[in-house]
Amino acid sequence: MSYWAHFRVWRGDSDKGELVDYPAEVNEGEVVLDIIHRLQQTEAQDLAVRWNCKAGKCGSCSMEINGRPRLACMTRMNTFAEDEVVTVTPLRTFPVIRDLVTDVSFNYTKAREIPSFAPPEGVEPGEYRMQQVDVERSQEFRKCIECYLCQNTCHVVRDHEENKEAFAGPRYLMRIAELDMHPLDSADRQQAAQEEHGLGYCNITKCCTEVCPEHIKITDNALIPLKERVVDRKYDPVVWLGNKLFRRGEAANKNR
Amino acid sequence: MTEMTDVTEHDKTVEVHDYDVVVIGAGGAGLRAAIEARAQGKRTAIISKSLFGKAHTVMAEGGCAAAMGNANPNDNWRVHFGDTMRGGKFLNNWRMAELHAKEAPQRVWEMETYGALFDRTKDGKISQRNFGGHTYPRLAHVGDRTGLELIRTLQQKIVSLQQEDFKATGDYEANIRVFHETTITDLFKADGAIAGCFGYFRSTGTFVRFNAPAIVLATGGVGKSYSVTSNSWEYTGDGHALALRAGATLINMEFLQFHPTGMVWPPSVKGILVTESVRGDGGVLRNSDGKRFMFDYIADVFKDLYATTEEEADRWYTDADNNRRPPELLPRDEVARAINSEVKAGRGTPHGGVYLDVSTRLKPEEILKRLPSMHHQFKELADVDITKEPMEVGPTCHYVMGGVEVDPDTGMSRVPGLFAAGECSGGMHGSNRLGGNSLSDLLVFGRRCGAGASEYVDGLAGRRPAVVETDAAAAVDRALLPFTTAAEGGENPFVVHLELQKTMHELVGIIRKADEMEMALKKLEDIATRTRTVAVQGDRKFNPNWHLALDLRNMLLVSMCVAKAALERQESRGGHTRDDFPVMDADWRHVLLVLSALGEDNVEMVRKEQIPMRPDLLDIFEMDELKKYFTGEELGGHRADQGERA
Amino acid sequence: MSSTTDASTGRAQISERTLRTDRWWLSPLLNVAGLGAWVIYATVRVFMQSYYFTDLPGQQYSYLTPFYSPCFSVGCTPEASHFGQFLPDWWWLPYAAISLPFLLLFRLTCYYYRKAYYRAFYLSPPACAVAEPHKKYTGETRFPLLAQNLHRYFFYFAGLVTLVNTYDAVVAFINKDGSFGFGLGNIILVANVVLLWLYTISCHSCRSIIGGRLNHFSKHPVRYKLWGQVSVLNGKHMQLAWTTLASLAITDFYIMAVSAGWWGDPRIVG
Repeated sequence: MSYWAHFRVWRGDSDKGELVDYPAEVNEGEVVLDIIHRLQQTEAQDLAVRWNCKAGKCGSCSMEINGRPRLACMTRMNTFAEDEVVTVTPLRTFPVIRDLVTDVSFNYTKAREIPSFAPPEGVEPGEYRMQQVDVERSQEFRKCIECYLCQNTCHVVRDHEENKEAFAGPRYLMRIAELDMHPLDSADRQQAAQEEHGLGYCNITKCCTEVCPEHIKITDNALIPLKERVVDRKYDPVVWLGNKLFRRGEAANKNR
Repeated sequence: MTEMTDVTEHDKTVEVHDYDVVVIGAGGAGLRAAIEARAQGKRTAIISKSLFGKAHTVMAEGGCAAAMGNANPNDNWRVHFGDTMRGGKFLNNWRMAELHAKEAPQRVWEMETYGALFDRTKDGKISQRNFGGHTYPRLAHVGDRTGLELIRTLQQKIVSLQQEDFKATGDYEANIRVFHETTITDLFKADGAIAGCFGYFRSTGTFVRFNAPAIVLATGGVGKSYSVTSNSWEYTGDGHALALRAGATLINMEFLQFHPTGMVWPPSVKGILVTESVRGDGGVLRNSDGKRFMFDYIADVFKDLYATTEEEADRWYTDADNNRRPPELLPRDEVARAINSEVKAGRGTPHGGVYLDVSTRLKPEEILKRLPSMHHQFKELADVDITKEPMEVGPTCHYVMGGVEVDPDTGMSRVPGLFAAGECSGGMHGSNRLGGNSLSDLLVFGRRCGAGASEYVDGLAGRRPAVVETDAAAAVDRALLPFTTAAEGGENPFVVHLELQKTMHELVGIIRKADEMEMALKKLEDIATRTRTVAVQGDRKFNPNWHLALDLRNMLLVSMCVAKAALERQESRGGHTRDDFPVMDADWRHVLLVLSALGEDNVEMVRKEQIPMRPDLLDIFEMDELKKYFTGEELGGHRADQGERA
Repeated sequence: MSSTTDASTGRAQISERTLRTDRWWLSPLLNVAGLGAWVIYATVRVFMQSYYFTDLPGQQYSYLTPFYSPCFSVGCTPEASHFGQFLPDWWWLPYAAISLPFLLLFRLTCYYYRKAYYRAFYLSPPACAVAEPHKKYTGETRFPLLAQNLHRYFFYFAGLVTLVNTYDAVVAFINKDGSFGFGLGNIILVANVVLLWLYTISCHSCRSIIGGRLNHFSKHPVRYKLWGQVSVLNGKHMQLAWTTLASLAITDFYIMAVSAGWWGDPRIVG
């Protein structure tokens, strides 16, 4: 059942690096991460790779396999032909540390820039009341395992390093959407999404959704609704008129 | 391809940081401890072995047990306390179980103020689900990803604290800082009390030292000492071993929870859990002969409750009132023991498990409806369609009940300044943990440790122990040892690790025998020698080989604890099953096996008496039940003996 | 140069724009071909100013193509202009010059089409994890692409135009003598209008207006229900976008063919 596959693994660090060829034994039922581990146990003992749960739940083993951003633990070897060269590289949007490990601190920096959940005033712990239908949208976004594949594949920062400053990336724009849709969050987030976190950079080309291993509909359920909420506030005459007529001011905005 | 490096070339520079409290471990317990320490005004460091937010807590699925009474108003802390003690076969530290049951609801509610979004009841409260061993629906949950919700919420709470600090000081990391991908290899003491700790950054391989009077261990479990485990690579018993080497003690190390059905194939997912509801919904267990073997393993005490023929068992699924349950639904340890015996008798699958088949009984549509996540898990991870083919399953090492012996109220160990919370602490769960009690354990005792550490630091009033420089230098040398031996041609740590796992899996696994464990202890001695001389290739930058070489000594030490304690305890109870002593013995209930380190790679063990349970807690139970667990003289304080109390 | 291949940012030094081995270029190629073909067809037809209304002698029935509706030009056949004639008849001014720009803008700012043409025509990016050729990228943060935010104005207008199309489809059942008639053309017109409605209400803006902007669905049960239905349709927005392009072209071509006398409309009634 087993066969020898042709692996090409990127080895190196930020100074230099290259694709190195390895013949690797593949057994039935294995995934790419198994092969990487086999290389570690045999001819590339110091091959650096980041991984944890091996079950697609922690989002650590993000890398690019034949050019596609994937979780190595969720990429089965039987998706490749036996004579196919399997090329494995680190994520190409973040600085490389060594081999398949990249410095993902960009994401932690961005996470810190998004204002946290703002608890409602005067509601004590234990008194929170929320309906299931009201929390479901945000719950979808909270399935995120923070593998950063969306952050990595998004061309806004992947192809344009200079945009990293202004653009939070799909994962953190989704975080804003999550909080904006939270039934008890008391902060106003829509204006800031556009003006401070770079929502306008997103041109909804949906690569974030394509690579999401949790199958979260990032574009359709988070980014576009967030763009629409910004439009509500900034560009829509009908909504503006409605607010005037029914005397609903900014304060009432969160409570709708 | 890579050359061996001589240790003399190594950069021995050590980055030094000063903190009030250092929390080792960034899972649920660690993060909750850090939040508390920071709330008490302490400068706090969080050491995370992997990236922030990737801790093993994310793997918890079922939920977080807390007697909030949302689903059933009869639930309260006393019922939860009783369930926990029963689950642990009354070997639990009763004070911990009491605090846990009392405080869990507040800890869960607090999570909502941090932004957690649990599933809801119709009236908008937190929904609670049923789980094995819990009298009432009690587990707060978010679908089957409750652990992820908890870790993310705590992570985001820490970010929000950092944002507060940023507003006040202009520095996000003024009071709380996360050190990613950092491994601690040594703790320092001065005059008997904690003075700091030492470790390395994985990304650069450079060293770091923390001067801190209080350290909270929250490093999780020890599963990586076993070849089949649901635990990730981080679970190498670091906290257990650090505590031992610092002079603290471990208890209950003989109790390991093996889940009977973990995936055994394909290799990539070996050990990952297959939920119990597969069997509840009609999954049957077969050996390689195609025989439904569980009928051969119904112990006498269960004969009245379980079906003895396949026909009767099949009828149970549609008519539970008039038929006995299928033997696949025997308690976890019984099923695990049966699977183990079949495999040992050579009737296992090619990959060392047995077949769990749900496709023969249920229609594909029904399987998809009832077991969507299992279907998805096998489809995505194993390319197995459980509507058509059987799964291969076997017991998997899941959770260690044992851990650092701590003061229940503050979480402090025998070493002043050293605290432990979560899976790496011991006592709370006794001999067996109930599902759902681990997430609540993390929150309750994480917070208590954070508070305990802060109080301890305040008590020092500025007289902080200083790290002894020779200790610090020794720590550097020990960390670099695998490179030194490299020049002398030591073994590959992967090879030694596999040997250790095999030894523990085969000889101190789910069913234990005295002679096998004696053999294991001998083998462990041999592995100890080999561990000291493992050699690594490459340099220090993100070198998994080196990391494993250092983790190996922790795994070795905890494995010794497990083997020694398991050999000593001559009874079967909860997560400890002896083939040669198959029954529970009340005379062992009140005995704790306390382990302490004897040098770097050996341990010694003493027996210790449990503190008798407080009478008012004893009164929660009926006398008849207590008699099954306690010896007669222990029950003098019960209400039944003294007349009902008001 | 794209940052993807730029090692000076500390990234792994890999010179290939992409290491993808699948046919990632196929999808943008098909999009260029499909959208290009449709635009050429539509442009030709819109400026043709003939064969838009089946009004042959001896025929009782009459169909108006959606490309010319509402027909506001003084050049329109009077029977085709139910809403008045006020636009001058110049060869470069389409007869439906009022509605067409809005329909064009509705589709141009549509969240699905944006994805399609940003990828296929602007190549930003041509496909996921394939480096784009542009040096700078500012997305929709500034003029003119900032105007994509006006999508919902065009949605409101598109709704009005679809009402007109519905009117056209209904009046097509009425023969010149006022009797009821029904032929293949009616089926095509109705099918097209149904598809247009589905496309229009499956729009992301519509989804937001109907309920997406609410934070408490539980306080608005009716809007929540509608939101759920629109969300289902919204999941098919891409398919509907392409289906309606096809249905518009087919409807127009059918009416052109009947109008030019290439074939007659098979009648079921009258």
